[in-house]
Amino acid sequence: MSNTRKARRRTAPSPYPYWFYLPAAVVYAVLFLVPTFASFYFSLTRWSLFDYQFIGLDNFVLFFQEPALVKGFFNTILYAVTTSGLKVILGLPLAVLLTSRIVARGYLRSVVFFPVLVSTIGVGITFTVLMNPEQGLFNRSLAAVGIQGPGWLTDPSWALLSVALVDVWKGVGLATLIYIAGIVSIPQEYFEAARVDGAGAFGGFRHIILPLARPATVTVVILSLIGGLRSFDLIWAMTRGGPGFTSDVIASVIYKQYQAGFYGLSTAGNVILFLVVTAIVVPLFRYLNRGEVEQ
Amino acid sequence: MKRLALSATAILVSAVVFLIPFGFIALTAVKDRRQAALLDFSWPRQFRFVENFAEVVKARDYMLIIAFINSTILTVCSVAVMVVFAAMVGFVLQRRVSRWTGLINFLVLSGLIIPPAVVPTIWVLQSLGLFRTMPGLILIEVAFGMSFSILLFRAFVATIPRELDEAATIDGAGPMRLFARVIFPLLRSVAITVIVVQSVVVFNDFTNPLYFLPGDQNATVQLTLYNFQSQYSTQYNLLFMNMLLITVPPLVMFMFFNRRIVAGLTAGSLKG
Repeated sequence: MSNTRKARRRTAPSPYPYWFYLPAAVVYAVLFLVPTFASFYFSLTRWSLFDYQFIGLDNFVLFFQEPALVKGFFNTILYAVTTSGLKVILGLPLAVLLTSRIVARGYLRSVVFFPVLVSTIGVGITFTVLMNPEQGLFNRSLAAVGIQGPGWLTDPSWALLSVALVDVWKGVGLATLIYIAGIVSIPQEYFEAARVDGAGAFGGFRHIILPLARPATVTVVILSLIGGLRSFDLIWAMTRGGPGFTSDVIASVIYKQYQAGFYGLSTAGNVILFLVVTAIVVPLFRYLNRGEVEQ
Repeated sequence: MKRLALSATAILVSAVVFLIPFGFIALTAVKDRRQAALLDFSWPRQFRFVENFAEVVKARDYMLIIAFINSTILTVCSVAVMVVFAAMVGFVLQRRVSRWTGLINFLVLSGLIIPPAVVPTIWVLQSLGLFRTMPGLILIEVAFGMSFSILLFRAFVATIPRELDEAATIDGAGPMRLFARVIFPLLRSVAITVIVVQSVVVFNDFTNPLYFLPGDQNATVQLTLYNFQSQYSTQYNLLFMNMLLITVPPLVMFMFFNRRIVAGLTAGSLKG
């Protein structure tokens, strides 16, 4: 009797069967995991899709010898750090403003957030026109107040920065949104207690919002770093890595090498991008989350 | 008084920073060709909305119509598949803690962080006969969008009491029935969030169609805009009309589902 009951219990299926993982797992494994693992091997080959030849680390050596590619490597980091830094610096005050009692709050929130949903290519083309050195709205407005604007996208020292600024324009709404969610979740009593203790608006910001918005900052920094490091479409729509290769990033190098038929080199770029992302994001994730636990 | 001044400043700055670029798109889209070529922010001399609209739709054998059809198929199919697959994973992942849970959570986070390897993905697609095909691109979007969707579903499943599962199981419901009849209907609100957010993401995607579905006949709306940029570099009115048209679907989504989008993006990101 007890034997049969035990046997039945063993065969009774869980209401949460593992095969529910299966459809997602197949698609994910075949189209994401396999290519990711394969990239480590193919980055060590000279590759034409039909046949490949093992050449060791030559692709990586080439990558770090070619000035254009090295530039792309450093631009990637510069771009990601600039955009995520600016999104934090602009997103937090914007969120404070948009959670305060201000007229037309709903309109302001919508207008700041809407660019997040617009096509990146569309934004890129629009700002390329606005940043036109002679005819663009930017430089015409600057000329009206007597300033000669730079060649935003045509001057090698400005091109990457200009694209980064547009990236911030498009993405700051998401950062603001995350900060708003963080600020709204702070209990009102804290602010009341601070007011009783005589803290002004700035005191409340400095001693309540700033420390308690830390999880939101972690999210904003990590999301924008991940997005910034692999950013491709905005840069491609605005400069295609130019002038020359001064605004190339790893993702655009991957595309250019792919187009040129250097599949091994392109894949090496992918592996480098993978390493850069994990080397920056994973320790940062650990560090920022540890700090939060210690507090 | 001080608050009013602050509000007025905020509205003014927001108008300059955020509305002028959109106004520029709309105004340029209805100008005639010569005025649009001036690239200035000015009132149109004549409104040519209908003419420009017709011309951009007819361009290159109704390419834009084909692109809209392609983008619709891509978005609807990939989001539908993504929602069902991700809901199944999110459900079991939250409910059944086992030695697999850690590994699966790790894989989900990897999917968010790791940039996809381009050429090896093409190599895999090609060996499956899916390269340059719409089903291939649909599966790609599913694979790349899966992680974010799973995180949202997992978080929401945690708010559904387990007693419901037990009651359904005692009543004789198998896993399929439990999921399809009891759990999935309760996931409605988060499912709408996933659908809206992922639709906008897939519709706006440029990189994946560029790599995995090249070719004019398969062009999605983002690719037509990109191709128009080089082809119509002198016809800015048509270029911006194209842009205006493909901005309409996200705008409609935004107007109807603003709160859902906001809820989804903040919940997903703060927990992830």
